[in-house]
Amino acid sequence: MSAISERTAARLRPLVGMAVLIALWAFVHATRAIDPVLLPSPMEALAAFWNGIAHGTLWGDFYKTIVRTLSSFGLALVISVPLGIVLGSNEKIYQSIEFAIDFFRSTPASAMFPLFLVLFGVGEATKIAVAAFGAALAILFNVAYGVMSARKQRQLAAKVMGAPRWRVLTDVILLESMPQVFVGMRSGVSIALVIVIVAEMFIGSTDGLGQRIMNAQTIFDMPDMYASIFAAGLLGYVMNLVFLMAERRFVHWGGK
Amino acid sequence: MRVMDSNLPIGAASPDAANSEKSHRWYPEGTHITIRGLTKRFQDATIYDGFDLDIPKGKIVSVFGPNGCGKSTLINMISGILPYDAGQILFEGKEARDTRIGYVFQNYREAVFPWMRAIDNIRYPLQYLEIAKGERQARLDRLVESFEVKFDLNRYPYQMSGGQQQLVSIMRALVVDPEVLFLDEPFSALDYEMVMFLRERLQKVLTERQTTTMLVSHDLDEAVLLADEVLLLTKRPTRVAENLPFDVPRPRTADTTLSPAFITTKTRALEIFQREVRKP
Repeated sequence: MSAISERTAARLRPLVGMAVLIALWAFVHATRAIDPVLLPSPMEALAAFWNGIAHGTLWGDFYKTIVRTLSSFGLALVISVPLGIVLGSNEKIYQSIEFAIDFFRSTPASAMFPLFLVLFGVGEATKIAVAAFGAALAILFNVAYGVMSARKQRQLAAKVMGAPRWRVLTDVILLESMPQVFVGMRSGVSIALVIVIVAEMFIGSTDGLGQRIMNAQTIFDMPDMYASIFAAGLLGYVMNLVFLMAERRFVHWGGK
Repeated sequence: MRVMDSNLPIGAASPDAANSEKSHRWYPEGTHITIRGLTKRFQDATIYDGFDLDIPKGKIVSVFGPNGCGKSTLINMISGILPYDAGQILFEGKEARDTRIGYVFQNYREAVFPWMRAIDNIRYPLQYLEIAKGERQARLDRLVESFEVKFDLNRYPYQMSGGQQQLVSIMRALVVDPEVLFLDEPFSALDYEMVMFLRERLQKVLTERQTTTMLVSHDLDEAVLLADEVLLLTKRPTRVAENLPFDVPRPRTADTTLSPAFITTKTRALEIFQREVRKP
């Protein structure tokens, strides 16, 4: 095989799994092994997605979910990054609340829905607050861990050069912990998306992807349900990708 | 204030100095660093117990001794990056925090800042000096010139070879024109060609500037080659076994290691080292 076709093959290989899945879907649909009302053909689902984005309301719901996810993520970031730095740079404080953080981190955020409903009422605030809560704990833990496990030698180097303690923090420790902070941000944003979708399904919503998926299922509009699920998947994938690219650009020294 | 009466016994306080400002305590003439009663324990092990030492001004002192005797520990305590349990370390009567210090770590990979370009790494400590911006740039330019750097300093450390990274690390330590330079096995992770190059450059700059230098080395050839004085340490609890002068003129090169004076000093150092290692 020539070098060029080898390269093309290498580039296409990641898509094989997706192609097999769609082929299997088309095959199952063609043989009618599953009722076509429940499982429309891939083309029907794709058409529903395309129509929803171009002419219908899918884009509006898509947009709502993006806004909610990013607002809760932003809120989580603003709260948990400074807190994580304080925790990470003070071992005694960290030790005293590590258990509490770990406990709440292990508590499914969806279990907190009723509590947040009581606190914030049925509305936008509750969805964003619960999602922010879940994301904040993930970010907090990773920031604190990153700051804590920043290796000592560069800090000593800065100190011996005459850097005061706060400059050692801003110039060395924070940058050392950046890879871990990005791990926290990626897991935080995906947690926020999960919680926003679930909240849109169950906490009185009139828009958003979660509500759309739920509605489509209720009225048996299966192509639209698959299209909305696909939109949610796409959203999660793209957000992860954006963070990975941002990390590669910003933490250019990572892993080297 | 400085007391110029060198007849006073080392470590004795001059009555005049005792009454003057506390931050400038008396020290013997020609001495840069005075260490008195230094004590350091790690868990149960006592590394230093009442350790006394004078480091001469403007000289290069190599520190050599048995494994685990605390060579790096010693320079870390002197440079102020490692706390000690008791004793006093003064630089011409000042504390370490009031002294301009340069420090070169063995592990350059974890000493340079990978998020900064090499030139910004070298520039970094200048911001903590109280000097004008123009002067900062001038110092940087002078340093780059005196090292005759042949590679691009606008690259990031991870784009450079190990030797280049260590050169950056050395330049970062020297850019502030330190009163004292500490080198902790700076060449032990580099290939021989690079080591010869760095030794040559470093000697040139240090001779020009007359910077007081302490070099920890586990290579006796290197320790003797670069030193004005070879400080030989005992096993723990660590004492000074011997302080050997070595005053062959500089620049010293690989050829110096073949000269009779070098061989005599190295042989003597080796005898002392072996005597100390064999002691129970």
